[in-house]
Amino acid sequence: MFDLTGRKALVTGATGGIGGAIARALHQQGAIVTLSGTRRSALEELAASLGERVHIVEANLSDKDSVEALVPAAEAAMDGLDILVNNAGVTRDNLFMRMKDEEWDTVIAVNLTAAFRLSRAAVKGMMRRRHGRIVNIGSVVGSTGNPGQGNYAASKAGLIGMTKALAAEVASRNITVNCVAPGFIESPMTDVLNEKQREGILGTIPMGRLGQGDEIASSVVYLASTEAAYVTGHTLHVNGGMAMF
Amino acid sequence: MSDVADRVKKIVVEHLGVDAEKVTDNANFIDDLGADSLDTVELVMAFEEEFNVEIPDDAAETIVTVGDAIKFLEKNAA
Repeated sequence: MFDLTGRKALVTGATGGIGGAIARALHQQGAIVTLSGTRRSALEELAASLGERVHIVEANLSDKDSVEALVPAAEAAMDGLDILVNNAGVTRDNLFMRMKDEEWDTVIAVNLTAAFRLSRAAVKGMMRRRHGRIVNIGSVVGSTGNPGQGNYAASKAGLIGMTKALAAEVASRNITVNCVAPGFIESPMTDVLNEKQREGILGTIPMGRLGQGDEIASSVVYLASTEAAYVTGHTLHVNGGMAMF
Repeated sequence: MSDVADRVKKIVVEHLGVDAEKVTDNANFIDDLGADSLDTVELVMAFEEEFNVEIPDDAAETIVTVGDAIKFLEKNAA
């Protein structure tokens, strides 16, 4: 089950906590993986730990030209692209009334617009090959909202809508487009929480713990697999029960 | 047959997987060649790439037969 031998995958934000776990899991299932991120040394470190079947393409997802170049570079490196994981994300938290345009724009650009451009580019080749998997990494916050994260919540809710629209457009070509929406996961993004915040959050999670990157990665592996061929336009919530839909 | 016509027909054959003799000037992409709406978008994008020209959405809508595509590209491609 869930064998990805020979599948070619691109993971953005591969040096992040969740992105690294996703890249590792896809690779473990046999996929050829292109790691993308902004930090060269971290990408190289991850690539070295994975060994064979790994490529690196640096990209700054807040830069349009860099985004436009990413899919062609990954396709050239791997001779195709079967699985795109739009994982890269940033936060610029601020209370709504205090939020700067720049904080809004940066989050929308990286989390939503880059995913749009990468998906648009990836779908071209997937249409021709009559096969493809796009997995967008959303967030529980895209469905529930969260104070201080108006920009982030909007970008993640936007991903869910985009996922459904694109899924409907390309379903006839055996391309599925889905979303995985993590709750609170142990990662650099949640390491910044102080003890009090952490306790407060744990109180809202029936499972009583934060999630692990691996637990997101296994959901991505499933959606990328042949076994999930009939699942499209879906948002899979992986959040320990903190929000149920 | 013009060079443009040759190139257009080659693209249509490749993209839709139909026999070359079916790809006549009068052939309608959807009714005669079995294309669906996504195929027509793919064809337009392939024409754009081959002829290095931009086909605006309103022009693309008027391209319903192979002949329409040839005429448009003969007029607009460099």
